[in-house]
Amino acid sequence: MGPVQYIQATTDRYTKIGYKPYRFFYADKAPSWSPLNKSLSACKLGVVTTAGAYAKGQVAFFYKDDASYRILPKDTPSENLRFSHVTEHYLGSARQDPNTVIPLRSLHRLEREGIVSEVASDVFSCMGGIYSQRKVRDELAPALGEQFVQQQVDVVLLVPM
Amino acid sequence: MGTAHDVLVAGRPPRSVFLDFPLGNTAGRPFLFQEQYNITRAALEALENIRQPGQPITLGHKWSEDESWKITAMSDDRGDQRQPRDLIPRYQFEDDRIAAEE
Repeated sequence: MGPVQYIQATTDRYTKIGYKPYRFFYADKAPSWSPLNKSLSACKLGVVTTAGAYAKGQVAFFYKDDASYRILPKDTPSENLRFSHVTEHYLGSARQDPNTVIPLRSLHRLEREGIVSEVASDVFSCMGGIYSQRKVRDELAPALGEQFVQQQVDVVLLVPM
Repeated sequence: MGTAHDVLVAGRPPRSVFLDFPLGNTAGRPFLFQEQYNITRAALEALENIRQPGQPITLGHKWSEDESWKITAMSDDRGDQRQPRDLIPRYQFEDDRIAAEE
């Protein structure tokens, strides 16, 4: 059996119950391409998850086009990580073990083993369900991009939920 | 990384790996730390190995021999039980709200 067709399934479900369709993003042009000019083992890695993770003590995400992000120190203990995301029914695994969507444990090991030279000291988390593509394009993405520039990372791992 | 193949393809990221697991398990199953490591490592190695934009690389892990979870995912109505789309932070625990407001 092939992969689950989530776009079709979501469209059908929303139509059935009378919700406004969720506008999935379709890229209308080929992706920009930046060659990797160094080995992975020489790269500093940035990380962002769209699972709506926040640390205890931080403000949780809200469900109407929340284009904010949270800064999570990479040594944040799993037991201090929480999740708020519009599709709460997909959070079961993350709320048992946050490493399912924000793989800090694996990243620490990959750093120790030298697979990457370094994982940036902070990782980022945002809400993956935002109806406004404009907010993502004009607010969230540039803000995260600026964070990665400041971190001087070479590559970024995006972990959606 | 991604577990929704159609969403990945629609977004056309320059480099991507696809894991055929249910949504919410992008980096592997809970507490299967070796599996999580293997998946994350494969995603990082793809950064180096993918030399031109194209389709996602499919990782070889299987969620289960039985693929009935895909039928469930296609027909799943749990997503209808939606919380209001408003500006109120949705804390996982009430204690989180208290901790954030202190």
